[in-house]
Amino acid sequence: MMDDIDLELFNKLEALNPDIKTCMACGLCTATCTTGKFTDMSFRKVILMLQRGKDKEAIEKVKSCMMCGKCMMVCSRGINTRNILLSITRIYNER
Amino acid sequence: MNEHKILIIGGGPAGMETAYQLKKLGLKPVIIERSDKLGGHLAQWDRLFPASDDAEALLEKMREQCIDIEKRLNTRITNITKENNIFHVSLSNGNSYDADAIVLCTGFDLFKAERKQEYGYGIYNNVITNAELEHYFKTHNDERINEPKKIGFVHCVGSRDVKVNNTYCSKVCCATALKQACEIKEEFPDSDVYCFYMDLRMFGKGYEDLYLKAQKDFDIKCVRGRVCEVSENIEGKLVIKAEDTLLGTPMKMTLDLLVLMCGMEKASGIERIQNMLNIKSNADGFIETRDTFYGLNHTKEEGVFVAGACTSPKTLPDTIAEARAAAVEVFNYLKDNGQQTFSLRF
Repeated sequence: MMDDIDLELFNKLEALNPDIKTCMACGLCTATCTTGKFTDMSFRKVILMLQRGKDKEAIEKVKSCMMCGKCMMVCSRGINTRNILLSITRIYNER
Repeated sequence: MNEHKILIIGGGPAGMETAYQLKKLGLKPVIIERSDKLGGHLAQWDRLFPASDDAEALLEKMREQCIDIEKRLNTRITNITKENNIFHVSLSNGNSYDADAIVLCTGFDLFKAERKQEYGYGIYNNVITNAELEHYFKTHNDERINEPKKIGFVHCVGSRDVKVNNTYCSKVCCATALKQACEIKEEFPDSDVYCFYMDLRMFGKGYEDLYLKAQKDFDIKCVRGRVCEVSENIEGKLVIKAEDTLLGTPMKMTLDLLVLMCGMEKASGIERIQNMLNIKSNADGFIETRDTFYGLNHTKEEGVFVAGACTSPKTLPDTIAEARAAAVEVFNYLKDNGQQTFSLRF
């Protein structure tokens, strides 16, 4: 149920990185992801999961990211994915 | 040329623009409108996508251009017969006209939301339609819209849905939904606004900008998935179910207000006029055009032209462009035929 989820951390993340809002789920980040070939890392899904309160699953995915930045190079909305990944590590580690 | 009389059936944007252009071309258009004023659906709307322009300003401009044009309001067509390329048209007010050409500008009906029973329109108080929200923006008078905290928009209501026998896309609802989402967020800044879409078809000039603006500046949350059912909880709030198809997980959410984006359907009662003119419909109910590229303003009946949403769902710019094209096609048709003048008969 979407009503019960706690979005405090996500709102924090979004306030720091407002470009997150502009994702249109094209999947370029996931398609280009080197890690994604071997693990289930998907930047698009990480954001969506955090938005839906599935923090644990999302963080599990982020763990396999190698910070290569390819997703940032391809993003058609120009989202600073690398910065967002760093923010996620910081904000969600606080809890 | 200037004595030629052209009957325009329908006084919405398509009819008004066709009439105005025909008059500029030196012909004599007559608008037949069943309601008591010109404007059609445009008269019910507050602001227009993509940039939330004032609907009334456009309407006033279009009405002004029709001031000198002959019109018959509160009038219906009762009979049409054709003889030697002349249409003998009888009207409900007892008059009759002889016309050299007819332009059908009969527009569309909004899909009746109660037909999608699972959305609970007419059952739950807080389920409203796009047209009702637009009316609220115009009048700020709707008890159901009372400081909503969570608002949902359902795209494709009555469109792309074999269950209601409408397989086509209504073209205007995606942009309307995002426009209205921004406008309601502007009015209730503390609210969360969700748009439930299958595809966001932002094809027109400025539509993608609207999409980006909705996400970035208004924090509209677009969820890919069609709402499957709506129910009401004990507090009278709406509980909706959908699949979040981008994650592949089911989704349940409580809302204070749900707006149904009703699509376009063929205008009711239009078959009556089509039968008089021997004009067929496509499988979707809209009027058949001569072809799909070059004869879009023509029907298969010589002398009967079409413009606007009577042939398929259309945006306002499309409708206005098509009305202008129709006027030129009528002009060329009459010029080529070199028909004789037929005067008004009462």
